[in-house]
Amino acid sequence: MKLTLNIWRQPNANAPGKFVTYQVKDVIPEMSFLEMLDALNEDLIGRSEPPVVFDHDCREGICGSCGFLINGVAHGGQRATTVCQLSMRFFKDGQTLTLEPWRARAFPVIRDLMVNRSAFDRIIQAGGFISAHTGSAPDANAILVPKEAADMAFDAAACIGCGACVAACPNAAAMLFTSAKVTHLNALPQGQPQKDERTLSMVAAMSNEGFGSCTNHGECEAVCPKEIPLEFIGRMNRDLIQAAWHRHREPLTVPSVVQEPSHEDAHRQEGADVVGA
Amino acid sequence: MLEARIPSGPIEDRWDKCRLEMRLVNPANRRKHSIIVVGSGLAGGAAAATLGQRGYHVDCFSYHDTPRRAHSIAAQGGINAAKNYRNDGDSIFRLFKDTVKGGDFRARESNVYRLAQISNNIIDQCVAQGVPFAREYGGLLDNRSFGGVQVERTFYARGQTGQQLLLGAYQALEEQVAAGRVTMHFRHELLDIVIVDGRARGIVTRDLVTGRLESHVADVVVLATGGYSNVFYLSTNAKACNCTAIWRAHRRGALLANPCFTQIHPTCIPLSSDYQSKLTLMSESLRNDGRIWVPKAKADKRAPRDIPESERDYYLERRYPSFGNLVPRDIASRAAKEACDEGYGVGPHGQGVFLDFGDAIRRLGLETVREKYGNLFDIYERITGDDAYTVPMRIYPAPHYTMGGLWVDYHLMSTIPGLFVAGEANFSDHGANRLGASALMQGLADGYFILPSVVPDYLASAPHNGVDTSHPAFRAVEAEVKGRIDKLLAIKGQRSPDSFHRELGKIMWDDCGMARSDAGLRKALARIPELREEFWHNLRLVGGDEEVNQALEKANRVSDLLELAELMCTDALDRTESCGGHFRLESQTPEGEAKRDDANFCYTAAWEWKGPAQAHALHKEALTFEHVPLAQRNYK
Repeated sequence: MKLTLNIWRQPNANAPGKFVTYQVKDVIPEMSFLEMLDALNEDLIGRSEPPVVFDHDCREGICGSCGFLINGVAHGGQRATTVCQLSMRFFKDGQTLTLEPWRARAFPVIRDLMVNRSAFDRIIQAGGFISAHTGSAPDANAILVPKEAADMAFDAAACIGCGACVAACPNAAAMLFTSAKVTHLNALPQGQPQKDERTLSMVAAMSNEGFGSCTNHGECEAVCPKEIPLEFIGRMNRDLIQAAWHRHREPLTVPSVVQEPSHEDAHRQEGADVVGA
Repeated sequence: MLEARIPSGPIEDRWDKCRLEMRLVNPANRRKHSIIVVGSGLAGGAAAATLGQRGYHVDCFSYHDTPRRAHSIAAQGGINAAKNYRNDGDSIFRLFKDTVKGGDFRARESNVYRLAQISNNIIDQCVAQGVPFAREYGGLLDNRSFGGVQVERTFYARGQTGQQLLLGAYQALEEQVAAGRVTMHFRHELLDIVIVDGRARGIVTRDLVTGRLESHVADVVVLATGGYSNVFYLSTNAKACNCTAIWRAHRRGALLANPCFTQIHPTCIPLSSDYQSKLTLMSESLRNDGRIWVPKAKADKRAPRDIPESERDYYLERRYPSFGNLVPRDIASRAAKEACDEGYGVGPHGQGVFLDFGDAIRRLGLETVREKYGNLFDIYERITGDDAYTVPMRIYPAPHYTMGGLWVDYHLMSTIPGLFVAGEANFSDHGANRLGASALMQGLADGYFILPSVVPDYLASAPHNGVDTSHPAFRAVEAEVKGRIDKLLAIKGQRSPDSFHRELGKIMWDDCGMARSDAGLRKALARIPELREEFWHNLRLVGGDEEVNQALEKANRVSDLLELAELMCTDALDRTESCGGHFRLESQTPEGEAKRDDANFCYTAAWEWKGPAQAHALHKEALTFEHVPLAQRNYK
């Protein structure tokens, strides 16, 4: 089949970007979406044009490297699927697809479809861990963990840190990502000693990184390749209020209160070129 | 040349004895020592986090945008430990014995014993960090079984054990980053190693965003850079996995051991198109409940459900009744290849066998099967479009893990003083075949427990005079690296890096894959230098070096794979016996099983680089088996 691709091309973080149109042919249904882009890139190298830059690695939906918007939808719209696992059999001959990077102030574009997601690491640094010096742990079965707690912790820990939740959110909020880590660790007995500090610090770090606030749209849950549920945001807010109460901290900034949208308003854009293949 | 520094005395006391004899670094002096850790997967991440906790100054390097992307994350099935929580006869000694036997008697006994001892500490550590292992309703940890063993000793977190263990290490690492003890250098790729006065003292990296070359100095360099299965192009490894770090170290004097020992994993999704960029693993844990079969008639095109029981050949259960579908990986892979080569294969290209859950669903119920393997069935459906709850999966072997790697002594130090190697990047514990759920165990044993003991011993004994990056050795290596990049960019030929990689992969899969022969290996040894020659004259790159240039990154990695591939074939040709994953057609039993030649090959082959146009020199480390007597493996 043949496809028309409008791809965001931006040489580096400081240069303006623009959409460039490419025609790709000989696409077969057995290809994955990234294999289709591989074929485009081979073609571009053959024509001595710079290949399209995108992050990817494991190509089995677990490393969280890949991700961009296809026709405005993070990871392309197939339920619980990263873009590397998206098969070309879900597209039709003659379709036009627009590919652009995650759009969020906290995720600056590095090149083309590649963005900088270091803000997520800094949220984890603020408290997304259980302090356990290597070698100091008691026997693994010394503390019983109810199966329900272990299962919920796992559901939350399944997050791959791809950033789709941020890209899908009208406010570019990182609430789903942050709440997934808070829920994972706060659900376990081992996570209790640092629960309050963790919740307060991670929420503060999230705000400092320039992510927006949650207004309960639920777009994040809809695109999450690991189906992290919206419910975890509620859990985090509950833990946050509880932590603030324990600490008697004033004033409390609850992140679900609307502040300002944190999307880039508009990328600087030049006239789109059309490049035939 | 090969002084393995194995402690003397009873095997169960050797690690304790070694630790007792090791020198320590005073807590107040630790921050004066700097350590470079390259790689942030299970081994590297765990080592960097733990050394940071102890108070050393650690610089950790990753070519990813965050440590959480390392390919350890894709490990599915589980991690072994000799906890004996099942009370089914497990013990440290049995885990040790299973691993030595599973490795077909080509691993060092002392190292494997230490691994089995440490396995229990790893589970304790990971649980304390909040790794959400599978639990029973009573709140205790659950276990399952894996290939090559008859106990249930594998701890797991659904089909995402590697992910959860890596996140544990990643979170511990980020805690140290926040504390200022570890500096993360992300999107930085190692391009060479710097040796000053005979000791590893630093590395040269390329910033993958700006293209800037940087020198970094330290008292110790740790490589935890994974394996080289991508030499086959199509493998279950992530796209960026490469051999550059170990190969550059090798060219600087570190011996490379058993490069031909590669693992072909039996349960992967078969190839579906010529554009395929990688292969996807289906966890070995599936073999707990799935039954492997092919039709008894050749080229049987009926739908699997229409083939009656009497016309199915459950060939593993037939040939290996006591281990059945849970034979070790090398044996399961070879049996699948034989079935397909003889014309019994299924699927469009005849390159596949069935992995059938029909019985398990009838016995356990759909919900239990979904609970245990749901995410794996989802992956399968996403890639193939088939629902494995109703139609048997089709699987075929694929390159997955490399047991070979840089030679290290008992202290995990290579033949270059100050250069330590951990995880898949070293050769140490798996011999000629790795058992399932042992890679996670080894990576974390090296990272959390062994390196934090052995590195201080080295620091306490080595002289660390004030070398910095202005030292001529750094300048020289930086210039070499720059020259190499300029050379790649200046070729301006016709072919992309990927096209060379694909061609190399095909050569290696055909002649140095699941079955190897004298003639095939000689053919590959003639072809690889030709391909390398063409690479250096006909490569095409677009763009420059001072920008994000993924094709340049790829070209640099492929250029090293083109050299490593030749050494793999040389090693495979030299070892005329079959053992574990290394199957020489000339050396098999009448039943077609791998036939070892202990009289001539009971050693580790460690190869020394002699120069670009020179043949490698072979050094042998003799292996002795005092505790698990040498025997032909028998899983019947």
